Amino acid sequence: MESRRNVELSLLLLALILSVGAYVIVGLAADNEVPAGSLGYGATLAGLFLGAHLVLRWRAPQADPILLPGAALLNGLGLVMVRRLDYAEATREGYRAEAPAQALWTVLGVAVFVAVIVLVRDHRVLDRYRYTWLLVGLTLLVLPVLPLLGREINGARLWVRIGPFSGQPAEAAKIALVVFLAAYLAERKELLATATYRAGPFLLPEIKYFMPLLLAWAVSLFVLFFEKDLGSSLLFFGVFVALLYVATGRFSYVAAGLGLFLSGAVLAYNLFAHVQVRVATWLDPWRFYASRGFQLAQGLFALATGGILGQGWNQGRPDFIPFASTDFIFAAFGEELGLLGVTAMLLVYMLMVFRGLRIALAAADDFGKLLALGLVTSFALQVFVIVGGVTRLIPLTGITLPFVSFGGSSLLANYALIALLCVVSNESTPAPAARPAPTPADAGEATVVR
Amino acid sequence: MNGQVRKVAAVILVAFLLLLAAPFYWQVVAADRLANDSRNTRVLIKEYAIERGPIVLADRTPVAESVRSRDRNDPLEYVRRYPDGPRYGMITGFYSLVYGRTLVEQQFNSFLLGRAPEQFAQNVTDLLTGRSSPGGTLVLTLDRAAQAAAQEALGDHKGAVVALDPRTGAVLAMTTFPRYDPNDLSSHDPERIRRNWDRLVKDPNGPLLNRAAGGLYPPGSSFKVVTAAAALEDGVSLDQELPSPPVFDVPQTSADIRNFGGSTCGDGSLTLPEALEISCNTTFAALGVELGDQKLAAEAEKFGFNEPSPYELPAATSSIPTQQDVPATAQSAIGQRDVRVSPLQMASVAATIANDGRRMAPFVVSQVVSDKGGVVRRFEGEDLGQAIPSRVAGELTSMMRLVVDQGTGTSAQIPGLEVAGKTGTAQHAEGRAPHAWFIGFTEQGERAIAVAVVVEEGGDAGSEATGGRVAAPVAKQVMQAYLDGGR
Repeated sequence: MESRRNVELSLLLLALILSVGAYVIVGLAADNEVPAGSLGYGATLAGLFLGAHLVLRWRAPQADPILLPGAALLNGLGLVMVRRLDYAEATREGYRAEAPAQALWTVLGVAVFVAVIVLVRDHRVLDRYRYTWLLVGLTLLVLPVLPLLGREINGARLWVRIGPFSGQPAEAAKIALVVFLAAYLAERKELLATATYRAGPFLLPEIKYFMPLLLAWAVSLFVLFFEKDLGSSLLFFGVFVALLYVATGRFSYVAAGLGLFLSGAVLAYNLFAHVQVRVATWLDPWRFYASRGFQLAQGLFALATGGILGQGWNQGRPDFIPFASTDFIFAAFGEELGLLGVTAMLLVYMLMVFRGLRIALAAADDFGKLLALGLVTSFALQVFVIVGGVTRLIPLTGITLPFVSFGGSSLLANYALIALLCVVSNESTPAPAARPAPTPADAGEATVVR
Repeated sequence: MNGQVRKVAAVILVAFLLLLAAPFYWQVVAADRLANDSRNTRVLIKEYAIERGPIVLADRTPVAESVRSRDRNDPLEYVRRYPDGPRYGMITGFYSLVYGRTLVEQQFNSFLLGRAPEQFAQNVTDLLTGRSSPGGTLVLTLDRAAQAAAQEALGDHKGAVVALDPRTGAVLAMTTFPRYDPNDLSSHDPERIRRNWDRLVKDPNGPLLNRAAGGLYPPGSSFKVVTAAAALEDGVSLDQELPSPPVFDVPQTSADIRNFGGSTCGDGSLTLPEALEISCNTTFAALGVELGDQKLAAEAEKFGFNEPSPYELPAATSSIPTQQDVPATAQSAIGQRDVRVSPLQMASVAATIANDGRRMAPFVVSQVVSDKGGVVRRFEGEDLGQAIPSRVAGELTSMMRLVVDQGTGTSAQIPGLEVAGKTGTAQHAEGRAPHAWFIGFTEQGERAIAVAVVVEEGGDAGSEATGGRVAAPVAKQVMQAYLDGGR
């Protein structure tokens, strides 16, 4: 236990050094002096993450030691990039600096992390309220569509505004729905795996057990049709299919899921002009350079100009890319930190994702296993969709890069996500000899909780 | 279930490998192409934030300089100005947002930006002291007076003038007409630049073409110095009588070669100097046939024909066929048929003769100096070796002096100086006036100059001397302007 937390502490210190160093360099490059806020920035970041670290020592000593430092590093560097973009945009009239808001969201994000660790001692508690999660998830999804509350921004209806607060509830909905699905599938997996009907080459279970998949599809289509959000739609559906496959072991679900996804995609392509534009822009951004292809082309220019070593902090012009601080922050890093920088960043994501998959493998209970897998799949898919979109691997859909992009909802949701992974890993990791092994009484208690 | 988790992990692994490959493609494989895409203004803004070094004449008069943009909203900090407008555009080239760079601006770009390896020490100093020095200053070999005289004397006749220092190969003057103003292409207004570009490109007179280095013309009689050199090297002596019939009946064909205006040259036989002095076509045609196609081409190649020009900026390759039949050889010997030369090449022929037969590569940038005046890099003309024996060069010189003293080139005479020269009147199209040529050289004290002038359709088909009357005075003024500066 001590060694896990000690690893975490040293990694956290490394992440803090890198973040504060980057912050100082940006200040030096922009104003030729160490920025006045360096100490405050460093102290706040250190206080936040060391605090979270202590909470882990207290409540979840067996939790995975990589996730929190990974998030801290990505969040710290993301903050620096957001601030660096503020410098560049400062001269623009009516521009509101994003870094202070992002700093506040970081504080709240770590607070959410701590709250989840403290409140959810055992992830199996969540299993009890599974239909509540479903309700919460669906409600959150529907909110932006409601009149008065919902706001359409840049063609997607993802935003909710209540008084001075606005956010994208889909980020939280994602987690609630993963919790519900993990709980539902953990219970019904045998039933779902039993094939009764033969449809062509596929053996299908009874229709009523097939319902969750159709529900997932319906939710995805809802997001796509009413909120016009391709990225989230893809994310929901991918996670649902992955969970269904892991729960049942039936490849037919994957095949059926792919079929449904493709039909949905074809439908969307034919129905929505903006989907056609996205695809056309993806195929040849240069042809639409003066219009819809500008953002993607500028992102690619930024990557190319960065080259292997990058231009250096504050030496490039990532501010030329529209939405550099949100959707295109990966390209901004590519320009200033080069291939080396973005490769390192991708490796940090990869490390976090594979730690998450390990947690799923090690989880003792089905619910924990499915929960960890669902969370980590949604995290990985989100990275894939946005980085793939920015690098023209797949058509671009605007979603945030976890922990790095400017955006409060995304930050809060992702901190909740890794907190849940920490909780699952804490439960499933056998305690070292120093700590008494779980007694039958403990196990019994767990059953009662269930 | 763990089996399934592992399969999901494998899919995720593949997805991440794709994610790692994508930035590698854009940042390594496609990086050069995209970083230099004209729409990627990042590179431009970076480049235009550097105070690009000026281009100056030998006397330090700036002919291209970077000044701060007066428009406060202009994202580009410096704008390139050419104080003399079109006068030096054929040397400096232009520096354009839209159309890139040409000529000196292109060839010496890294020096002008201060990024050449020689400027590394300066860059390190700048890095340590936090200052940024302007790029290097390029010093041209051009002489202000000679360049002005060349432009004025050529006036608004289509054509070109090249003047070289025969001892070094340094370009003293080079002009072309029509010419363009590089300021038209170097503003920060892409729309205006495009409009100007369209106008220049569509202009049938080709103002963007530097005729001095890139124009190819038949040399006409000015080529006779090459034929004469071949004859002298082949053993023809200065007092040997050569046939000079009124009409040279070209073997194997019914076409004859006549003298200009059908005149006769002397009484049927001439010495080589006499034939050159009055530019007798029939004598040189007969000489060419006597020498044969291969000797004639080999002689021209000693002067640089049939090989890429050694000039440091883009220049056309002058050519003569290495194999041709007898009638074609006869025509080539008097600079017609398939012989094609650039004015720069003909200036180099004159310079080589003036330099005792040693050929020097023409060059126009003499040195790069830092903004503090230190020499960053010095350039010298490359010695291309002894093209023709010194004796032959001396004999040609005395023959060419006769041309100016009492032959077809008297308009190039400068009182008190010995000027050598050769006129040419080159036919190029049926029913069109021939091109007027003059090549020549002279020296005074420490200064020497070799010149080639071509005036398109400036001659009169009726008289060989008219070519000399049009082109020779231009050469004379350029030579005089340069030599006056040395007094």
